[in-house]
Formats: sequence, C-alpha cells, structure tokens
Amino acid sequence: MIEVSNLTKRYAGRTAVDDISFTVARGEIVGLLGPNGAGKSTTMRILAGFLPASNGTVRVAGFDIFHDSEEARRRIGYMPENNPLYPEMRVREYLKFRARLKGLGWRHSRERVTTVMEQCGLADMGRRVIGQLSKGYRQRVGLADALVHEPELVILDEPTIGLDPHQIRAVRALIKSLAGKHTVLNSTHILPEVEMMCGRVLIMFNGRVLASDTPENLQHRIAGGNQIVAEIAAPEAALNAAWENLAEVEHFDVSATGGDFFRCALTPRDGFDLRPVIFALACKNGWGLRELTRSHYSLEDIYVQVTKPKTEDQE
Amino acid sequence: MSVFFVLLRRELASYFFSLTGYVVIAAITFLTGAAFEQLISGLVSDSSAVPLTQIFFMSFYFWMILLLTPPVITMRLFALEKSSGTYETLMTAPVGDLEVVAAKFAAAFLFYLTMWLPLLAGLFLVAHFTNEAGALDLGTLGGMVLGIVLAGGFFLSFGCLASAVSHTQMVAAMFSLAFGIVQFTVAYWVKSLPLTDTWQSQLWSCLNLFDQITDFSRGTVDTRALIFYLSATFLFLFLTLRVVEIRRWK
Repeated sequence: MIEVSNLTKRYAGRTAVDDISFTVARGEIVGLLGPNGAGKSTTMRILAGFLPASNGTVRVAGFDIFHDSEEARRRIGYMPENNPLYPEMRVREYLKFRARLKGLGWRHSRERVTTVMEQCGLADMGRRVIGQLSKGYRQRVGLADALVHEPELVILDEPTIGLDPHQIRAVRALIKSLAGKHTVLNSTHILPEVEMMCGRVLIMFNGRVLASDTPENLQHRIAGGNQIVAEIAAPEAALNAAWENLAEVEHFDVSATGGDFFRCALTPRDGFDLRPVIFALACKNGWGLRELTRSHYSLEDIYVQVTKPKTEDQE
Repeated sequence: MSVFFVLLRRELASYFFSLTGYVVIAAITFLTGAAFEQLISGLVSDSSAVPLTQIFFMSFYFWMILLLTPPVITMRLFALEKSSGTYETLMTAPVGDLEVVAAKFAAAFLFYLTMWLPLLAGLFLVAHFTNEAGALDLGTLGGMVLGIVLAGGFFLSFGCLASAVSHTQMVAAMFSLAFGIVQFTVAYWVKSLPLTDTWQSQLWSCLNLFDQITDFSRGTVDTRALIFYLSATFLFLFLTLRVVEIRRWK
C-alpha cells in the first residue's frame, strides 16, 4: 500500500528525514513512534502529498505521490497534526464540502456523510457549528473527514493528542475498527497507544527509522525474549551452580532479598519457557519457592533502549 | 470543474457567513452613500455637462474604496488558511492548484462586485428624480462598470498574490495596501509629467490610473488601458499559481 524508498527531506541546514525506507501492506495498522522532532510529521506530510521530498520516492497504492499526486491523494484520507477545520462551518456542511471536494457526487456524498457521522459518533452533531464543539468532537470531525471518501490509506498525525481519557478510548476504538478495511498509518509519542492499536511499529528518531516490527517481535529482538524472575529460599552457591548447569539459561543474576530468599533474574535462550524447569528443580531440592513470574518488556523499555544511546550522544 | 464550483461556493459562503463580509459591505455602503451625497450637491451647485459618473469617479470616496477594499477582501484567501492550518487539509485533497487559485480569485471578485450594488441603487435614484435626460447615459454607465471591474481585478489579483506569499492576514493586507499606495503615488506622479510622443512617456501613461478611470467614466474605452489591466491581472494570477505550486517543488 505504501512503498517508501530512500526518502530524504532537507530543510535549510537541517535534515528532517534521513534516507528512510519502509513498506506498509494493505489492511495493516502501523504506528509511527518517536519523540517530538523525530521526523514523524514531516514523513506524514510527504506521504499525504503536502510536501515534496528532497530525495527518494513514495508510492501509495501504486501511484507516485509526486508525479501522480492527484491520483494518489484521491486514495488517501489525511488528518494533520492539530486537526485544522473551518470553525465557522457546521459539521454536516463541512463534511459534505470535503466529500464533494474529494470527488464524490452529490447523492453519494450525502450517503457517505451520514455513514461516517454515525461511524464517528457525530450523528446528532450535524447542525452544530465546528468552532463551538469540544476538542473531542472536533477530533471526530477530523477523523470523519479523513474517512468520508472511503480512502484505501488513512494517515493520522497524533489523533489522540489533547483529549481526555474517555475521548482517547473512543478514538482508539474507532481507529482499531478500521483494521482490514483501510490501511492506517498513525503517529504518536504515547507508547501504550501503539501497543494497543497497532499491528506494527516503526520507531523513528532523528529522521531515521531505527526499528520496524510487531511489538512482540521487538520485545524478542531487543530484550532477547522474556526475563524470568524467581524468588527461591536456597543457599546462594547452590543456586549459582544450578543456573550454570542449565543449558537453557543464557544469563542469570542472583541477589539477596533479605531473609532466606534470593531473587534470581534469568534470561532464557531463544525464548525458552524456564518456569516448569525452575519449579521442578525447586521440588527436587526441596527449596522454598515464593515467586515465579515472566516479566514483559514493554514497548517503553524497547523505545528507551532504541533511542537512548543517540540521545546521550546528542546531549 | 466541479471542484472549482465546490471551492467557489465555500469561499463565497465564508464571506457571507462571516462578520467581516458584512462589515466590508456596510463600510462600502457608507462610502458610496457619502460619494452619492457629494455627487448630488455637486450636481445642484454646478449644472455643467460633466457626466454624473465622472463626478463620482473623481470623488475622494471612490478612490478610498478602490484602495482599501481589495486588501481587506483578499487578505484571508490563502493567509488565513495557512495560519489556521486548513491549507494542509485543502491541498492534500485531490484538488488542482489552478482550481484553488481560480476559485479563490473568483470568489473575491464576485464579492467585490456584490459590494458595489448599493451604488447602482444610488445612480437609479438620480435617474429617477433628475429632469436631465443625459445625466445618466448607458455609455458612461457601461464605462464606469468596466472601470470598476478592471481596476478591481487588477488590485484583487495582486491581493491574491500578497495573500499567497504571506503567512498571516495582517502581512497580506499590509503588502497589498502598500502596493495600492505605490500604484496611486506612481499614478499621481505620472499625471504631473508633461505628455510627449516618446515611448517612455507612452509607457508611463499606462500607469496613470486616474486618467484611465476618468476616460472610462466618460464612456471612452481605451484599448491600451484595457490590455494593461487584463494582462496585469493575469500576470498576478499566474504568479499566485506559481507561488502555490512552489510548495510542491523539490
């Protein structure tokens, strides 16, 4: 659906996007994640056909965004950062205007506006003036605008920014419901949001894509699988010897927690599940076992890990 | 083509659904009213054979309208969209740059023409109550309308360009107002030059706004002025289109 190759965007004296390449398949929901100033918005503006690239090519649904711009834009629903709208217009009037602008006929635009208004929870808001709507509703109007012409690709730049928790949930649910029918590229710097909504994550930093994978695969790749934590009452030397003898343990760390118990943090080899083995070992040796958990690396840990060395360099 | 009409409709609606539109119309009605009053008193005190339209065109109020309204009408066209961010949603919709420029200029121009309607009422009032058959004649009226249309197109097209290169309405208004003032100053200066047959003198006379409009108001259509205004209008609109396109250049 999206093919980006060697995309570079330079502003005077600054490279905002630095030679990035990625592809997004039809029906995927992809999260573009990165701190402020990472180049997310610039990338999205280029994909939406608003800015030209300094170098590289972008194809959307097979159309070059620079050479076949109008055809490509016909297939894109784009909601920019801060969701700009015409405040003097009424909701229905605005959506109708946008639908007609995107090439829908008079009758078809009426049907589509009704459909997207229902889909975005705006059914009773048609007569309201946009300037008087709450931020949550304005955001929904922006989403409805992006969806009104049934685009193959929906690009949303920080769709949940500035909303309260209830509104954030509603918008997330709406975006999730688009999976399958539309391809969605959505940017954010809120980590849990990507974990919840997106099938794949692109982590951007300083204009480069540092990682691109599913949240699960990223966990495996970067943290080497999950860590097992066990608290066991046993002599420290016996514990150290036991972990050294276990071939499935790649790395271990034993520390005292007070009393007879020791906290063992074990990294398994190739994502092996160590828990049954540890339980069996404790039973065999008559050791007391009071905790046995598998800790998940959150996207936040991965994100910090991926972007950390460069942040420190910069500072 | 349908995109052009969709955009035109929205642009026109934004004039008529906003306070600014009505403030402009009210101000113009006041100024044309003042010009009308001056015209009537001029007619009463001096019954010379100067056409009515010429008295109107030579009044201070007419020039004030011509100088002040184009910046106010055109300042929002592109600059407001840029400062509010809606320019991004507009230009990422499948619309052509030419359609956007044409629709915005057409809307400004139609609003400009609407704004002059109270003047017609004034003129017909004179025609109704005057005894002189020659006070209002179709030739001079036509010339007047042509003058208003041409000069309006000229200043509005520059206003479009000013709005397209600016990021705030205020800058756009200042820019096109400055252009108007320069144009008026040059016209004033050219008017004071002795008229000779040299090509320089002929060229400068193209910029003599005052005499051109006086000609129109007498019912004389000078093709040089006609060509000058039309080509300048198209030049400014072409430059506006280029400015809109620059964004897409690598």
